[in-house]
Amino acid sequence: MLTISNISCVRGHKPLFAPVSFSLLDGQALHLEGDNGVGKTSLLRIICGLSPADSGEVLWNGVALNRQHPEVVEAFRASLCYVGHNLSLKDELTPIENLLFDAQVTGHSLSREKGMDALRKMGLNNRTHLPLRVLSQGQKRRTALARLSVTDAKLWVLDEPFVALDPQSLDYLRAILANHVQQGGLLLFSSHQLVELSQPNGHAMDVRPIRLVAA
Amino acid sequence: MNILRANFWFHYAGPQAFYGLAGRLWPWCAALAAVLGLWGLWLGFMVAPADAQQGEGYRIIFVHVPASWMSMVIYLAMAFWSVLGLTFNTRISGMMTRALAPTGAMFAFLSLWTGALWGKPMWGTWWVWDARLTSELILFFLYLGYIALTSAIDDQRRGDRAGALIAIVGAINVPIIYFSVKWWNTLHQGASVSLTKSPSMAQVMLWGMLLMALCFWFYTIALVLYRVRTTILQRESHTAWVQATVQEAA
Amino acid sequence: MIWQAFWAVVQRDLLLAWRRKSEGLSAVFFFVVVAALFPLGIGPELNVLRNIAPGVLWVGALLSSMLALQRLFDADYRDGTLEQMALSPVAMPLLIGAKMLAHWLVSGLPLVLLAPVLGLQFDLSGDALGTLTLALLVGTPILSLVGGVGAALTLGVRGGGVLLSLLVLPLFVPVLVFGAGAVEAQVSGLGVQAHLSILMAMLLPAVFFGPLASAFALRIALE
Repeated sequence: MLTISNISCVRGHKPLFAPVSFSLLDGQALHLEGDNGVGKTSLLRIICGLSPADSGEVLWNGVALNRQHPEVVEAFRASLCYVGHNLSLKDELTPIENLLFDAQVTGHSLSREKGMDALRKMGLNNRTHLPLRVLSQGQKRRTALARLSVTDAKLWVLDEPFVALDPQSLDYLRAILANHVQQGGLLLFSSHQLVELSQPNGHAMDVRPIRLVAA
Repeated sequence: MNILRANFWFHYAGPQAFYGLAGRLWPWCAALAAVLGLWGLWLGFMVAPADAQQGEGYRIIFVHVPASWMSMVIYLAMAFWSVLGLTFNTRISGMMTRALAPTGAMFAFLSLWTGALWGKPMWGTWWVWDARLTSELILFFLYLGYIALTSAIDDQRRGDRAGALIAIVGAINVPIIYFSVKWWNTLHQGASVSLTKSPSMAQVMLWGMLLMALCFWFYTIALVLYRVRTTILQRESHTAWVQATVQEAA
Repeated sequence: MIWQAFWAVVQRDLLLAWRRKSEGLSAVFFFVVVAALFPLGIGPELNVLRNIAPGVLWVGALLSSMLALQRLFDADYRDGTLEQMALSPVAMPLLIGAKMLAHWLVSGLPLVLLAPVLGLQFDLSGDALGTLTLALLVGTPILSLVGGVGAALTLGVRGGGVLLSLLVLPLFVPVLVFGAGAVEAQVSGLGVQAHLSILMAMLLPAVFFGPLASAFALRIALE
């Protein structure tokens, strides 16, 4: 369970957005929306622990994520999969190498077959052995998102995941996200577009919107 | 206002309270510095006898030695505030460290120059790779590094924290650097040329140096407190109390 | 699992250095060029060159290391990989230590191997060359470990390269003094034990504190 309590963020003396609070329970999805520049990325980075908040706290399973609770912070990081604006991929490595190294660096093990399978499902069959440098922006994004289908992290925090994806990959991504939430995972993503996640039975999944307003 | 309670100290960690405290303290420190300075200079230049070997020229130690001491003390003070800032995350710590740096650099520079001015008539050269002078030079570089780093980072908070880390790393290295330079110096120099070796210090000379050191000390405190007040006004310019203060002054 | 992550980072950085060969080699070539410039500036007399050799070669190694330090975190910072390391449940200092190890293997070890060859140009004796190699072997890791803090603090900062040099040069002085001192001691017939022991004594805390301080500085840079 993720709880955000009264978080505010200051950039250059002025607060970005009005203090925000919300909770995310198992099996819930939350859509962060707001105008450009209001601070969606900043908030997501604060939640992950990359930036400090100017006020308020982030709690994981009821315990505040700060210096006093290092074990909880470690457990939080083990349960977190964050895909940000810059894709955290190395241009000189191939997609499969990127996936494998990424898994190992975050302390998970990933078999080559599983990795190749994830890339294939993202539509990258013929590109898996080329360096990322020569792939298109859309293909790079698909590689970054392939991470999601091989991770066992509980909390997914995604910054604008639907950008630059073709319809087929978009469908596949929506299916992965819906599946994750259905299995009891937590999903927090920011997006300009209104995207529907559908459950296998065809009904639209319940995605709560949280709107950030300028302070 | 029990001085033993943590609340007392943390109260002054807030910019507004510190602004008031600094405002009350700095004039006293400045006055004290002026008195001590006059007294010390009088002792050093009027009362103390001419040195048997070095004549009148040695009198520059009344500036050189206190300046060296201050350059080292100020760096330690910067390290102290840095540790405080990283531990308690107080905004004042970063401001104090930044305010101390230019004065510390100035004293290091002064120490190097007065060392050179002393060396020329005594040893015939403008510079001598004496262990103390060389360490002073490296200390001067450490100051420059801190000032350059904090000036280059736009985000004030990140600049404070980055500066704090480099100040602490530098402070830990200062003894190591001093030791290695001393080693280097004793290995390489046959005849030991030391600018601070004085066969026997007359009492009055020691007093003179001590008074000058205290003068520099209070001068530093006064100047740093004054500087911090300006920084506080700049950084907190968006708060109501600053806007009220500025309007009152206008 | 933790050590798997450590070796994965080392392996990845080595693979990246292999695929971007020119970057790694340029700092090493710099060392060669600097070592050639000094005789050109001072004169070909072997007696003089033999005297200045330890200092010149050590300063060359220092400057080369400083150039290479700029690359330590820069690429990872720009493409977001550093963020993933910060978010990993594996302790960040460990991952940073892995990066420093890979960095030293690419930028430091070649200096150690090249130095005896360059030392021949300065007419250093065989024993002196041996001491030089050993001293660089112990000293260059210290440069990577301690310099990493400077590299982390200047990430994405204006004037980063020169600023980095200003920050780390004072910290390199002890390594320079004892490293070059070891070779001079060898040449003048005094024992090198003391110098090498002191270098080792500086290496051990550096291995521990360097990655810790750098990880702390990197988190500041990522804020």
